[in-house]
Amino acid sequence: MNLTLVVWRQSGPNETGAFKTYQAKDVLPEMSFLEMLDFVNEDLIKAGDEPIQFDSDCREGICGSCGIVINGQAHGPLQGVATCQLYMRHFHDGDVISMEPWRAKAFPVVHDLVVNRSAFDRIIQSGGYTSAKTGKHAEANAILVPKEDQEAAMDNAACIGCGACVAACPNASASLFTAAKITHLAMLPQGQVERARRVKRMVERMDLEGFGNCSNIGECRAACPKEISIEAIAKMRSEYLRALGSTEAKED
Amino acid sequence: MSTIQLDSKIPSGPLETMWERHKGDIKIVNPANKRKYTIIVVGTGLAGSSAAASMAELGYNVKSFCIHESARRAHSIAAQGGINAAKAYAVDGDSVHRLFYDTIKGGDFRAREANVHRLAEVSTSIIDQCVAQGVPFAREYSGELANRSFGGTQVSRTFYARGQTGQQLLLGAYQALMRQVDQGRVKFHPRQEMLDLVLVNGKARGIITRNLETGALERHEADAVCLATGGYGRIFFLSTNAMNSNVTAAFRAHRRGALFANPCFTQIHPTCIPVSGTHQSKLTLMSESLRNDGRVWVPKRAEDRLKDPNQIAEADRDYYLERRYPSFGNLVPRDVASRAAKAVCDEGRGVGQSGLSVYLDFRDAIQRDGKHVIAEKYGNLFDMYHEITNENPYETPMRIYPAVHYTMGGLWVDYNLMSNVPGLHVLGEANFSDHGANRLGASALMQGLADGYFVIPYTIGNYLAGNTFEKVTTDHAAFAEAEAGVKAQIDKLLAVGAKGKRTVTDFYRELGKLMWDNVGMARNEKGLKATIEAIDKLHQEFWENVKIPQGRGLNKELEMAGRVADFLELGRLMAYDALDRKESCGGHFREEMQTEEGEAKRDDEKFAYVAAWEYQGAGKNPVLHKEALTFENIHLAQRSYK
Ligand SMILES: Cc1cc2nc3c(=O)[nH]c(=O)nc-3n(C[C@H](O)[C@H](O)[C@H](O)COP(=O)(O)OP(=O)(O)OC[C@H]3O[C@@H](n4cnc5c(N)ncnc54)[C@H](O)[C@@H]3O)c2cc1C
Ligand code: FES
Repeated sequence: MNLTLVVWRQSGPNETGAFKTYQAKDVLPEMSFLEMLDFVNEDLIKAGDEPIQFDSDCREGICGSCGIVINGQAHGPLQGVATCQLYMRHFHDGDVISMEPWRAKAFPVVHDLVVNRSAFDRIIQSGGYTSAKTGKHAEANAILVPKEDQEAAMDNAACIGCGACVAACPNASASLFTAAKITHLAMLPQGQVERARRVKRMVERMDLEGFGNCSNIGECRAACPKEISIEAIAKMRSEYLRALGSTEAKED
Repeated sequence: MSTIQLDSKIPSGPLETMWERHKGDIKIVNPANKRKYTIIVVGTGLAGSSAAASMAELGYNVKSFCIHESARRAHSIAAQGGINAAKAYAVDGDSVHRLFYDTIKGGDFRAREANVHRLAEVSTSIIDQCVAQGVPFAREYSGELANRSFGGTQVSRTFYARGQTGQQLLLGAYQALMRQVDQGRVKFHPRQEMLDLVLVNGKARGIITRNLETGALERHEADAVCLATGGYGRIFFLSTNAMNSNVTAAFRAHRRGALFANPCFTQIHPTCIPVSGTHQSKLTLMSESLRNDGRVWVPKRAEDRLKDPNQIAEADRDYYLERRYPSFGNLVPRDVASRAAKAVCDEGRGVGQSGLSVYLDFRDAIQRDGKHVIAEKYGNLFDMYHEITNENPYETPMRIYPAVHYTMGGLWVDYNLMSNVPGLHVLGEANFSDHGANRLGASALMQGLADGYFVIPYTIGNYLAGNTFEKVTTDHAAFAEAEAGVKAQIDKLLAVGAKGKRTVTDFYRELGKLMWDNVGMARNEKGLKATIEAIDKLHQEFWENVKIPQGRGLNKELEMAGRVADFLELGRLMAYDALDRKESCGGHFREEMQTEEGEAKRDDEKFAYVAAWEYQGAGKNPVLHKEALTFENIHLAQRSYK
């Protein structure tokens, strides 16, 4: 199939960007979306043009590196997949496909479709952990964890940190990302001790990084490649209220 | 002639208490002095993140580097199946000794007993550590941890978190690392590629990096350097490894004198989605855990190979693993399963259009346990397969074929995980240490975390306390010299790249095909010799005719060009090593060395050693150093899974 690509090009963080149009010829339906871009880039390079810069690594939806807003949707039209898991069989000959980087104040554009998501790292730094240092700990089976709790923790721990939730949100809120980590740890006995301090610090950090507020629109859930439930955000709110009354969080 | 003396520093005395005794004997740095030392850790996968976090917790200053945008994106994140540990919760006969035994045997007697025993010992602490971090391992209804079994073993000792074990373990280590960044003990440098190792008076004292966003070169000094930069499977172009996995950091250290051990020991994983065309950029693994319930087969007759598999009668199917290896069946180790798949395809019985795949069939498991049980265990893998191939594995058997997955070879290290270059330590897949000629499933995660959490925090202290360190700053001439070398290489790439005609990918693909055809699942003298010649030619052409876009800032083609340049040299080294090892063992199958039934023929008399190669310059034959392997605790025996 032949496609028209309308791609955001920006040669550096402080440069002004613009959309440019390219023709992609002889695209095969069994190509992945990123393989289609590889293919287009090969031609650009051969023609002496600058290839389109984009991030990717695992190409199986787990590392969270890739992320393109395709036709206005973060990670494209398919539910529950990252950009790298999208296949060209979902497109048709003659389609016009637009591609933009994640857009959010807290995710500055580095180059073309590449953005800097280190704000997510800083949210984790502020409290997204248990403080269990390397060493001797309780025997792993000494503390039982009900299967349901472990499953619920895992549902939230599955977040790949891609930032699609931020890109999809009209307020560029990082609530789903932050809430997923808070919920993961709040569901487990090992996460109890620092529970109040964690939520307080992480929510404050999220605000400090320049992410917007959550106004319950739900676009984050629709874009999330791991389909993390928006209930996490409700959980984060209740955890936060609980923390306000806790002595543990006041020490900070 | 070279003056290198290989000393594996294996402590004397009985194996069972060796590590405990060693920990008691080695030097330690007192708590107040730890903050006076700086350690560079390159890589933030399981090995790098766990090492950096643990050493920072002890009080050292740590500088952590990765090429990714965030530490959490390291290739370890993609590991699916699980992590082994000798917890022996069940009454199935597991123990530290059995894990040790399985790993040595699985590695076809080409790993060091001392290292492997230590690995088995600390495996249990890893699980405790991860649980304390909040890793949501799968559980039983009792609330206790669940296990599953993996290839090459007869016990169930694999811990897992759905199909995302690597992700959950890495997030645990990453979070510990981020905590240390917050506490100011780790300075984190993402999107920085190490391009050279800096030696001062023979000791590793720093690195040169390129900032991948701006293109600027940077100098970083330290008292010791740890490389945890992963494996080199991407040399084959198509592999299950992440796109950016590479050998550059390790290879540049090799050029500076670090020996590269057993480079030809690569693992071809039996259960991957087959190649479908030349557009493909990577291959996708279907977790080995699928072999617990899936049965592998091809048609008995070649003329049935394009028939609808569901129409092929039971009597016309050849469940060749169950037939050839009745006691392990579908759970034979990876090298055995891969070669068996190649053999049936070579006989013309491979299925699919290309004839290069075999069936992995869940029909019987679905009939036995019900679809919902299979879906609960493997749902995400089935969905992934469906999305990629457009075929539904609940209804029609999966098609799989072996693909490059892991590299057992790597930089040579001693028992303390230090290379022959003083101060340069190597952790995780980047070193050669524990898996011999074949790695068992779920053992890489175990080794990465063992190295990072429970070995290097002790042994680094021994090195630091046992040596004196002159003050070195980045103004030192050695830094200037190394930076100039890196700059010259980048300038040269861009200069050639401005006029060249062939893209980096074009060279890369050609190298990958040479490696897969001749240094892949089966190797022979003629092919290996021809490959060395072909690579030499390709290498030369690369430096005359590669085309590279000219951007000095973020330029992924330029990054890849530097990595392919190193892969070209490594490819030659791998072929050379494979040529030299005239035996078949583990993942290294020399066609000249096989039994009548097509099983690998090892030669312990001549080849029970680690081949550690010393660099002599591009296109020049390396010099071999041998570390003899002795087996005192396990009887050297021909491996059998029959
Ligand atoms: C698809 C897949 C599934 C797997 N499943 C399992 C499994 O179930 N169980 C199991 O035990 N093993 C599994 N493995 C193997 C296992 O995942 C790896 O061996 C292991 O994760 C390697 O960890 P590592 O820390 O050594 O390196 P990696 O995780 O590869 O990390 C390398 C790090 O080095 C950095 N780096 C690389 N080069 C440079 C440079 N020049 N400068 C700076 N930084 C650099 C990278 O940014 C990264 O942070 C699997 C592998 C694959 C491919
Ligand atoms: S490339 Fe890893 S999630 Fe897409």
